[in-house]
Amino acid sequence: MLDAFGQPQSIVVLGGTSDIAGAVVDRLCARRCRTVVLAGRDAERLAESAARAEEAGAERVAQVVVDATDVPGAAASVERCFAAAGDVGAGGDGNVDVVLVAVGVLSGREDELDAAHAARVAAVTYAWPVAAITRAAALLAEQGYGRIVVLSSVAGVRVRRANFVYGSAKAGLDAFARGLGDALQGTGVSVQVVRPGFVRTKMTEGMPAAPFATTADAVADVVVAGLGTPASVLWAPPVLRAVFAVLSRLPAAIWRRLPG
Amino acid sequence: MAQPRDGAALRALLDAGGHGLIPRGLGRSYGDAAQCGGGTVVELPHLSRIRELDEDAGAIEVEAGASLDAVMRHTLGRGWFPPVTPGTRQVTIGGALAADVHGKNHHRDGSICRHVTELTLEAPGGTHVVAPDRDAELFWATAGGMGLTGVITRATLRLLPVETDQMVVDTDRFEDLDAVMAAMEEGDHRYRYSVAWVDCTAGGRRAGRAVLTRGDHARREDVPLRRGGRRPPGIQDGHLRVPEGLPAHLLNGLTIRAFNEAWYRRAPRRRHGELQPLGRFFHPLDGVADWNRLYGPRGFVQYQFAVGPAHGEVVRQAVDLLSARRLPSFLAVLKRFGPGDPGPLSFPMAGWTLALDLPVGPPTLPASLDELDGVVAAAGGRVYLAKDARLRPELLATMYPRLPELAAVRRRVDPAGMLRSDLSRRLGID
Repeated sequence: MLDAFGQPQSIVVLGGTSDIAGAVVDRLCARRCRTVVLAGRDAERLAESAARAEEAGAERVAQVVVDATDVPGAAASVERCFAAAGDVGAGGDGNVDVVLVAVGVLSGREDELDAAHAARVAAVTYAWPVAAITRAAALLAEQGYGRIVVLSSVAGVRVRRANFVYGSAKAGLDAFARGLGDALQGTGVSVQVVRPGFVRTKMTEGMPAAPFATTADAVADVVVAGLGTPASVLWAPPVLRAVFAVLSRLPAAIWRRLPG
Repeated sequence: MAQPRDGAALRALLDAGGHGLIPRGLGRSYGDAAQCGGGTVVELPHLSRIRELDEDAGAIEVEAGASLDAVMRHTLGRGWFPPVTPGTRQVTIGGALAADVHGKNHHRDGSICRHVTELTLEAPGGTHVVAPDRDAELFWATAGGMGLTGVITRATLRLLPVETDQMVVDTDRFEDLDAVMAAMEEGDHRYRYSVAWVDCTAGGRRAGRAVLTRGDHARREDVPLRRGGRRPPGIQDGHLRVPEGLPAHLLNGLTIRAFNEAWYRRAPRRRHGELQPLGRFFHPLDGVADWNRLYGPRGFVQYQFAVGPAHGEVVRQAVDLLSARRLPSFLAVLKRFGPGDPGPLSFPMAGWTLALDLPVGPPTLPASLDELDGVVAAAGGRVYLAKDARLRPELLATMYPRLPELAAVRRRVDPAGMLRSDLSRRLGID
C-alpha cells in the first residue's frame, strides 16, 4: 500500500538497471518498500541491481529479463513482472503500488541519420514503454490503485538537433503519459511524468555536460518527494521548469545554433 | 462504494467475494482505516435508526450508521448524555466502536466499548450478536478492531444521566510542559473531563506551554434560572466558518505558530467555575464549520501515541523534537488515559496520550515520525490506528503484542479474508 506520503511498499521497475532507477530504489527501500521487481535486458546487471536493492532494505526481490526491442512482447513482460510481485514470497500483499518506467536508449550525433539505429531508439524509448505502460495501467486499474512514474527528459520538451531521435521519442512518451493520466482519472491510478535535465550516468558517460547538469541521486530525490504529491509533471532539478519556459520560446534560428 | 438498504443486502455484499470489503462511517478518519483500494467500501446511511431510550436502564439501542450527533440530540433533552464523546460528534456509532474511541473522560470512564452492553456484527460467515459476556473474544476483537472482524450494524449503549446542557469548567494556563503534566497527575481525578492543549510551535523554554481545561456536567443548582424558565437542553455550536476559496496551504508554519500563540494568549491564566455550553466544551472544532478545509489539498497527517504512566518523558521528547525541527502542529492535545479495554487492537492504555496534527509538506516530516515510532515503541507505547496513515509496519507487533488474538478471531469469522482495508494491507494485519 501507499502511505500518507505516497511511499510504496512494492515497486516494479522497468529499466531496473539504470542509475536513476537504482537511486530511487535505494531511497524507497530505506523507507517503506520491501518488494522490488526489477526488469532489464542484462541478467548479470539485474543481479547486481537486485543485490543493491537487498542491501538497501528490500526483503523480496525478483528479476525479470525483458527485451525492450520486442515491442509486441511488452505487455507479456509487464504481466510477468506483476506476477513476480505476487510470487516473491510471503509478507507482501501481492499488489504493486508503484511502477517506475526508466527504459530508454540515447542516440548521438553520428548515428542520428542511421535508419536502423533510429528505429531501435524509437522502439526502446517510445514504442516499448507505451505498450508496457498501457498494460501496467490496466493491471493497476484492476487492482484499484497505484502510481505510474514515467522518466521523460527535457530532451523531449524542445528537441535538439544533437539527439532528435531520442528527443522525439521522449516527447512522444511524455505526451502519451500525460494523456494516459487524464484518461485514468477516477480509477485510483495516477501517472506522474518526471523530466530530468542532463544527468551524469552510465548512459551519458563521455558526453559534455549541459547547463544545470544533475545526478541520479538528485533526480531520485525529486521522484521520491514527488510520490507524496499529485503533480502530473515534475522537473529535476526543479529550476528547469523556468529554464525551459524560456528555451521553448527561443526563435528556431537561435535554438539550432545552441551548442551541443 | 456501497450503501446496502438492509442487513440482507449487506450480507450479500459480504458473500460476493472480490477485492475485500471494509465499512466506513462519516469519513472523519484521518488515515486509511476506512479505505479499500480496488475493493468495496460499505456505508450505512440506511441503517441509522435510533431506537427507544430505555430510561430505567439508562441505555439506548441504535443502528450503527447513526451519528453520535443524532444520538446526542435524541437523548440530551431527556437528560441523558453519551458515555464517551470524541473530539467530533460527526462520527457514526459503528465507527466509534470500531476505533474504540475515547474522550476527555477516559481517565475516569474508559473508552466507548466499555459502555456497550451488546452489539450485532455482520461477518462473511453470518450474523453475530455479541456482548462482554457472550462470545467475549469476538466482542473485544471488534472493540477497536477497525472493522476487520465484520460490519457492526447495531449496538446498545449505556448513557450518562445529566441535569443540564451546561458544563462547569476550570481553565488553567501553564508556562511549560512539566507544570501542566504535574497538575494533571495531581488533580485530574477531581474532574470527569480533562484535556490539555500544548503549544509545540513555541521555541526553546516555552516549548510545551499549555492550556488545561477540566470540567464536569453542571448540576441544576449550578445554572442560574433564566427569565421565563430554563431553556430546554440543546446543543449550540460556535458560528465560525472557514470562508471558501482560501488559498491552498493557508496553514503554513507561520500561520500555525500564530494560531498557537493566539490560542495561548486568549486563555485566561486561571478561571474556575465558568459555565460553558456542551458544544463549545466538547467539540470546539465542530464550531468552526469546514475547518478541515484550512489544511489545503495536500492535507495533513495525525500522529497520536500513548505511553505508560512512567513514560511521560516521551511526551517531552515528542514536543521537543517537533519544536526543534520546526515541524508545526496545528493542535497538540495531551490527556491522561485510565486503564485500557480488553480489546487486542484497542488503543488506549493507562498513562499519557499526545495527539498531533501535522500538515504534509516538510521534507523532514516522514523520517521524524518514523523516529517517534521508535521512541514510542521502545517505551512500550503505541500509535492510534484510527488516525494512522504511515506507521512503520515492522513496529505494529511491538505496539500491539496481542495481534495474534485478533488474527485467531478473524480466521474464525472471516476465513476467506474478505474483511480488509488499506490500513490492514499496509500494516500487514492478518
